[in-house]
Amino acid sequence: MTLEELQERQAQELARRAQLANRIYCCSAAGCISCGSDALRQEIAAQIEAAGRGGEIEVCGTGCLGLCSRGPLVRTAADGALYADLAPEDAAALVAGDPAPIAAKRLDPGAPFFAMQERVVLANSGSVDPERLADYVAAGGYQALGRALADMSPPEVIEQVKRSGLRGRGGAGYPTGLKWELVARQPAGTKYVVCNADEGDPGAFMDRSILEGDPHRVLEGMAIAGYAVGAQQGYIYVRGEYGLAIQRLQTAIKQAEREHLLGSRILDTSFQFRVDLRIGAGAFVCGEETALIASIEGKRGQPRQRPPYPPEAGLWGKPTLINNVETFANVAPIVTRGGDWFASIGTERSKGTKVFALAGKIVNTGLIEVPMGTALRTILFDIGGGIPGGGRFKAAQTGGPSGGCIPEAYLDTPVDYESLARIGSIMGSGGLIVMDEASDMVDVARFFMEFSMDESCGKCIPCRAGTVQMNDILSRLVAGEGSADDIAMLEELCVLLKETSLCGLGQSAPNPVLTTLRYFRDEYEAKVRTEDAG
Amino acid sequence: MSVNTLSIDGKMVTGTTGETVFDVAWNNGVRIPRLCHVGGVSDVGACRLCLVEVEGQSRLVASCRTAVQEGMVVRTDTPRLQAHRRLIVELLFAERNHVCAVCVQNGNCELQDLAASLGVDHVRLRYRYPKLPVDTSHERFGIDHNRCVLCTRCIRVCDEVEGAHTWDLRGRGTHALLIADFGDPWGQSESCTSCGKCVQVCPTGALFTKGKSVAEMQKDRRFLKYIVTAREKHEWIR
Ligand SMILES: Cc1cc2nc3c(=O)[nH]c(=O)nc-3n(C[C@H](O)[C@H](O)[C@H](O)COP(=O)(O)O)c2cc1C
Ligand code: SF4
Ligand code: SF4
Repeated sequence: MTLEELQERQAQELARRAQLANRIYCCSAAGCISCGSDALRQEIAAQIEAAGRGGEIEVCGTGCLGLCSRGPLVRTAADGALYADLAPEDAAALVAGDPAPIAAKRLDPGAPFFAMQERVVLANSGSVDPERLADYVAAGGYQALGRALADMSPPEVIEQVKRSGLRGRGGAGYPTGLKWELVARQPAGTKYVVCNADEGDPGAFMDRSILEGDPHRVLEGMAIAGYAVGAQQGYIYVRGEYGLAIQRLQTAIKQAEREHLLGSRILDTSFQFRVDLRIGAGAFVCGEETALIASIEGKRGQPRQRPPYPPEAGLWGKPTLINNVETFANVAPIVTRGGDWFASIGTERSKGTKVFALAGKIVNTGLIEVPMGTALRTILFDIGGGIPGGGRFKAAQTGGPSGGCIPEAYLDTPVDYESLARIGSIMGSGGLIVMDEASDMVDVARFFMEFSMDESCGKCIPCRAGTVQMNDILSRLVAGEGSADDIAMLEELCVLLKETSLCGLGQSAPNPVLTTLRYFRDEYEAKVRTEDAG
Repeated sequence: MSVNTLSIDGKMVTGTTGETVFDVAWNNGVRIPRLCHVGGVSDVGACRLCLVEVEGQSRLVASCRTAVQEGMVVRTDTPRLQAHRRLIVELLFAERNHVCAVCVQNGNCELQDLAASLGVDHVRLRYRYPKLPVDTSHERFGIDHNRCVLCTRCIRVCDEVEGAHTWDLRGRGTHALLIADFGDPWGQSESCTSCGKCVQVCPTGALFTKGKSVAEMQKDRRFLKYIVTAREKHEWIR
């Protein structure tokens, strides 16, 4: 297929859709499926059949519509309306296009939850069926790749990514354009592009939703990266628990290869790029890039010291570009609309948008996307709808087990890489857990420490044995059996792990403890055995 | 090969490009502590005892995996490093069961020596007392997991020098356990050549020769130097 043919396909699909009276998009992300969206979709199809309107109304799946707590969600193309909490009984009204019976389930698109979001990464959610290539093509899919191959040299592609200011969405926020340049500058020869889809933070499901909702977007981003850095082989390292994402990726790869959008002679050029999946076994540490590489190579998933960094010596010792799912999902829009457009969103040093998974004590749990620099208060109280049942906010945790707890006093902090680091937390991959006044902050710290302890690979002593001791101390404190010496030792261990651990897991495992000690020290002290307190 | 001049603890020393800070320090009498390093096999930078401060770098670096550079200013024994090393050794003593008084290695143990040289005279952490197995199924050797510090020297020497790769790890975190082949009793291992190299490189009493009583085990690593030198210089008989 050539770029012109691709554009023709887009026009055809759009023309076909213009003939339809309605297209009903039924959320087919794992969250909505677990609330029964499959049954709803089947019933809608049956109702279309029963009404004899098979040629004019279509039902299809689509990516995460955001308000996961109120699934199954449906969007109807005819009037652009969004419905929540649907049941199979509502199918007839949806098909008839009669809003009256389901008026109560209709969501207000002007509500802050929708109005205050800005969708770049999730732009296709609600208008693209992840299982149909034609849908992605209709949304302009693979044209960024086509444009890059036809009109841009690899350095020009990298230049746009640099201009965009995009930084890695996997947690550390390394400038993506610079990383691409590092790989591109290595001598020509075998190079690899790896997509990190190991997403292991408890409560996080951004990457899963992107893969489930718009797999072609990630593949396109990887192919553009392959062209830019000179790689012909890509791997997606996806955790085994993500069965639906794996299945959608497999489908998407097959579809794209059949049309020469991946594989050999891509878009009728000499560029070739294959993508294969590698399934992880669900170890958190395998999300760390050097452990991920070891795992793909078939070795024990343990980190190794950097340098050398993967751009110099990665997979099988070859130059390797590793980026996160969401990072790759930002690439096609940057190439299409230009780096300057992307750089106009966000703050001085954190550009673009960020997807967050809201969880915990918050009204609107689900997936949101906001411009970088949005205040935490806006995210939690306007978009998130605040604490349910009139409860009182106590803390928000960003960055999962590697992040920190943010107290009320810092609610006006803009969410960007530097601001979060300044208050002891990290952006992380986008998990955002909200706690109310009922939460015991020492127990929260203990929960995350237990997670780090269980997920430590065991290679280096400070992390392997230190997390065990810290978990012990925190458990003692929670049980009211701790002493003042325990708190002192806890702090000593925090410094040890931060400064001496080999990889990011051990280095950042103390963060939840450090931030709760910093902002909720009184809770620790209140737990010290009384005979020790005086 | 170019020569680099650097400062280690205020002393000007030289090292050739590619040499590690650790080796250059030791060649010049600066004995940076270590547990996972053993000359002749690859380094993994896992024990974190050899971390040093390098001027201009915010993070501590593992000297066994850091190449010397011209003009480097390295400090190997600051109060901060000493405190970290002591706590790491305390963590090791608390992690498994080290009862030196009944150990074959007593008096010749690298962990004991580390504790002595770092001034670790007591452990401030709670002992974990895990229940761990002892495998004496091998005809000549035994492994006592209670004394294993997971340095992986045995894994590397068996893989890189003997070429058998009998040893590896199972499990993760504190539950990591050294296993022969696929977790078989050592005596039933099909890959083990009974060469004993793993026993000789083990820093503690975890791997030992049978028949030794308390404090009788001495480890002899001279073979490593012969083999590695022979390999580098191609001094094979045939
Ligand atoms: C313990 C640990 C776990 C990690 N898990 C992930 C993960 O699940 N997904 C991810 O993209 N990055 C993860 N990272 C970060 C990766 O090492 C790496 O920095 C990232 O994939 C680079 O992509 P980016 O530049 O696009 O962010 C993890 C890092 C550490 C230390
Ligand atoms: S810090 Fe923890 S996870 Fe990372 S290498 Fe060390 S033991 Fe493994
Ligand atoms: S291995 Fe060393 S430290 Fe452990 S019991 Fe034996 S002598 Fe003591």
